[in-house]
Amino acid sequence: MKILEVKDVNKRFGGLKALSEVNLSVEENTVHAIIGPNGAGKSTLLNCLVGKLIPDTGSVMFNGQSVLGRAPHEINQMGISRVFQTPEIFGDLTVMENMMIPCFAKRDGAFELNAISSVQSQKDIIEHAEHVLDDMNMLDKRHMVASAMSRGDKRRLEIGMCLSQEPRLLLLDEPTAGMARADTNNTIDLLKEIKSKRDITIVIIEHDMHVVFSLAERITVLAQGTPLVEDTPENIKGHPKVREAYLGESSGH
Amino acid sequence: MFGLDKKDTMLLLLVAALTALAPFLLNPFPEGSALAQFNAGYPDLMQRFVIFGIFAIGFNILFGLTGYLSFGHAAFLGVGSYAAVWMFKLLSMNVLPAIVLAVVMSGLFALLIGYVSLRRSGIYFSILTLAFAQMMFALAYSVLTPITGGETGLQLALDDPRILDGGVETGGNIPVPGLFGMEMRDSVQLELGAWVFTFNFGYYFAAVVMLIAFYIAIRIFRSPFGMMLRAIKANQQRLNYTGLNTRPYTLAAFVISGMYAGLAGALMASMDPLAGAERMFWTASGEVVLMTILGGVGTLIGPILGAGAIKYMENIISKINSDILHNWFAFLPDGLEDLLVTLVYPFIGKGWHLTLGIIFMLVVIFLPGGLVEGGQRVARLFKSKKTDSSAAKPQTEPGE
Repeated sequence: MKILEVKDVNKRFGGLKALSEVNLSVEENTVHAIIGPNGAGKSTLLNCLVGKLIPDTGSVMFNGQSVLGRAPHEINQMGISRVFQTPEIFGDLTVMENMMIPCFAKRDGAFELNAISSVQSQKDIIEHAEHVLDDMNMLDKRHMVASAMSRGDKRRLEIGMCLSQEPRLLLLDEPTAGMARADTNNTIDLLKEIKSKRDITIVIIEHDMHVVFSLAERITVLAQGTPLVEDTPENIKGHPKVREAYLGESSGH
Repeated sequence: MFGLDKKDTMLLLLVAALTALAPFLLNPFPEGSALAQFNAGYPDLMQRFVIFGIFAIGFNILFGLTGYLSFGHAAFLGVGSYAAVWMFKLLSMNVLPAIVLAVVMSGLFALLIGYVSLRRSGIYFSILTLAFAQMMFALAYSVLTPITGGETGLQLALDDPRILDGGVETGGNIPVPGLFGMEMRDSVQLELGAWVFTFNFGYYFAAVVMLIAFYIAIRIFRSPFGMMLRAIKANQQRLNYTGLNTRPYTLAAFVISGMYAGLAGALMASMDPLAGAERMFWTASGEVVLMTILGGVGTLIGPILGAGAIKYMENIISKINSDILHNWFAFLPDGLEDLLVTLVYPFIGKGWHLTLGIIFMLVVIFLPGGLVEGGQRVARLFKSKKTDSSAAKPQTEPGE
């Protein structure tokens, strides 16, 4: 089953054509990577999926429903969670509080005026949050202020926060950007483990070919706002058009 | 206790004890002594301490938790005062209906103003709230004179209907606000040697209201709702992408803090049944911002301390005049005395704003966490001294 279907999406910023005639379909329970050189429109496409941008034309269907015109929080409630390029967490709050917030969003919806009962009395939320933290091997850090953690741990926490909502689709925007090789490998292992443990579809935007070829089952190559090819990693590696548009330019990989 | 953990219960009990004993604590100097002018234990000022405490506690729920800086909160204080005085005029001199209407009305105004202003954040939000408050001030001052009394303010009159009090004989005097037979101005004086302590019913009534307001604020701080508000301050974008709609959260916080302001306004009108437009002026809005920052933004007790500190300076330092200064420095040679008086004079009396400004600058630069941070530092200093003397163990305690 196709969980995400993008059809004929166009997006212009003034004179710049960021996306033109983008078509993309993602099979449920796969890891689908979107690669492409800088300025290819990867982030614009992702922003169209999560409600930050609205395409000029075209449709974006998630699980049979259109996401266009919906606010980011509504799209999240439909089952799409997003991880940012630089980890976006609640820096002033503790790790445990960071983890509890998505649990509340999952349980109570987009708004709940729960101003009288104390946070400590929400046993089910605490249990769930601790369980996810344990899964992420972060339970010992739960009283830490989140901003005091290392970048790798922040990334781990952010992914954990997304997973606590049991999303059907997880979007990752360059999850290893700016990471040392060891942290990158840890992140790859973490994502592999996540994938093996549950039914989840992952769409990943990535520069690092090492990450892409370690994780992806399908790859879409984007260049100048248009998808060039979509294929398996093996076929992409040898594809002449791809070498020309992308791999040729970054021979280091 | 009351659904609070041990630390919060201790804090609530501490504030309760301080407010209950305030007539003693604020009057440490014997009557007639040179220092008696530093006594703050008279009803009028004590009432102001707790009323502005309520105002600041409510403001802190918005500013301290969500980080949205409203520059127009005095508008809700004014709405509360007008609503309360109208209840005194129309219904009864009992303060309860006045308080209820004031809270409801200020809540409605906050809903409307918040709905519009919260479409923007940061400086734009502050400017929008400021604009709304100044419009309301202008309306109250001139256009709406039949409702607000305009320049002279809204006052009680002998021939007000007072429907519920119909049968009560006023004896030709305008009645005063009260609560089931007790009048807000009722006071009992206790003389102990040279000391005189005043226990005022109005003060204790306002103090009980403040304790309830403080208790509710603690519950809000510790609730999932309070956590969401802190998350808005920490990272609004993440919250949106976590499936939470931030708009109703900020609006709820805005309305709650507006209702606190209305409550404070109603209590002001209860102590002195008069409401004027100047209560809504932008300087009054700025004052509550100062109180909150001076005490400690986002802390529970900070706003109460800040309100107390500012109201104390406003009322005590402004009363010092040059004669008093000459008295203080009388023991010095004449030339030196005059020099000192000349140097200190700009900071007292009407110059109290100058003193406040300097203290405010010092606090913001050296104690960004306000008076609460100052208190914590002192406490830590004592703690580390104790452990130093008891055992020479290494000091690697994490900061609180």
